[in-house]
Amino acid sequence: MNVIYILWLRQMKRYVRSRSRIVGAIGQPLLFLLALGYGLGAVYEQAGEGDYLQFLVPGIIIQTLLFSGVFWGVQILFDKRFGFLKEMLVAPVSRLRILLGNALGGATISITQAILVLIISFALGFRPYDWWLLPVAFLIMVALGLMLTSFGAAIASMVEDFQGFQSINNFLIFPLFFLSSTLYPLTNAPDILRIIGSLNPLSYAVDALRFVLINQTHFGITKDLIVIGVALVVSIVFAVNRFNRIEA
Amino acid sequence: MPKPIIVAENVVKRFGKITAVNGISFEVKAGEIFAFLGPNGAGKSTTIKMLTTMLRPTSGRLILNGHDVTREQDRARKSFGIVFQDPSLEEELTAYENMQFHAVLYGVPRNDQGKRIESLMRLVDLWERKDSMVKTYSGGMRRRLEIARGLLHHPKVLFLDEPTLGLDTQTRNLMWDYVKKLSKSEGMTIFFTTHYLDEAEAVAGRIAIVDHGNIVATGNSNALTKQTGTKRLEQAYLKLTGESIRDETSLSNDGLAVRTQLRNSRLR
Repeated sequence: MNVIYILWLRQMKRYVRSRSRIVGAIGQPLLFLLALGYGLGAVYEQAGEGDYLQFLVPGIIIQTLLFSGVFWGVQILFDKRFGFLKEMLVAPVSRLRILLGNALGGATISITQAILVLIISFALGFRPYDWWLLPVAFLIMVALGLMLTSFGAAIASMVEDFQGFQSINNFLIFPLFFLSSTLYPLTNAPDILRIIGSLNPLSYAVDALRFVLINQTHFGITKDLIVIGVALVVSIVFAVNRFNRIEA
Repeated sequence: MPKPIIVAENVVKRFGKITAVNGISFEVKAGEIFAFLGPNGAGKSTTIKMLTTMLRPTSGRLILNGHDVTREQDRARKSFGIVFQDPSLEEELTAYENMQFHAVLYGVPRNDQGKRIESLMRLVDLWERKDSMVKTYSGGMRRRLEIARGLLHHPKVLFLDEPTLGLDTQTRNLMWDYVKKLSKSEGMTIFFTTHYLDEAEAVAGRIAIVDHGNIVATGNSNALTKQTGTKRLEQAYLKLTGESIRDETSLSNDGLAVRTQLRNSRLR
């Protein structure tokens, strides 16, 4: 068995064995879908923007990736606090491979969750513009999953305790989520929101997914893909850099 | 005379302004059972952390099994096994899975994995419980599993950082029996730290008494009592390290605590 595989396998085993985590991680996006999708749907339609659920689903998929990816960073924090990280760090294996194995595990988990949310949204009435483009949507989700787990790993490497992680969550993750185009279109948004939203890489990810799933785009797909690519590379470099600095 | 398997030359470790290890030098021969004895914050754990590549020394040189610990990390890492002061098992995996994880991480040949895991888990009397989640294990069982795991890749040196902390007398005796047996049968070098003087006296071939980040005396229990003109190791120990209880700063002289403390003082 390969080192990266066993690191990945351990993450999978943990995930499959804690069913409450699976339910919990899907519960939140589902709540958003139901409450916002149905709650704001009528208003959105009256404003002449069309079906809000169609608009919302790509955003909620990105939200799932964001929250489960970054929360997965807690795993590294857990390993740090409960000692298992030491076992990995003194092994004759490079830090890069340890990070890679773990982050691939985290990405697999968050992509699985995003796919579950997508399946549920089909049941709720969401219809993609072209079913044949679903594999492309999947590729975008993979890129996002990798990017956000790396980001989560980097953050977890930097903080010592759960309180620290919580405050990063409040001051970074929630603004990233709310100040992007996940929940509302940027086109008619007030200037300040539109400017902040245009600086937020997450907006481009949502935009790319919207283009693929419902054929609607704000920035244009080329720009979206460039931003996603750059953000992916930056997150990975950031994660490797931070993870290398951990002292057990 | 056998070649030394562990060499420390003038090793210093500073955390900011605090000096945890202050120019320590010693040698451990292959096959020896060597104990580090000292009050809280004397620098025992910090030394072990440097020897096991968890911390980088500020200056000085550490050689393990012929490999420079800071320059040839991977080779040094393959040469030792460690039982950490704090638990380091994955609770959500079974005991067997924990062992397997370690075997893969250390590149134990695939064909040997099953055999080695079984024989070690039998040695520490855990084979019957191999498929239980580690979270259902008691403190003593966890320690035994950690020892078995530390031996899985046939290390030349086994580090034990306060391995018997919080264990009952039965488990302690059992554990030291295993360790002594291994040292004899495999010629394995054992390096351990402890607070229990009786343990050091009974198990260690040679004891180094450490205080304020340096070694104040080395020798077997007899030599130490003779040197200090005392009758028992405890008296020798107290004579060498003083009767006073350590203050807060030196109490928390291990790496993590010091870093936390530095951070706190900066926040204040």
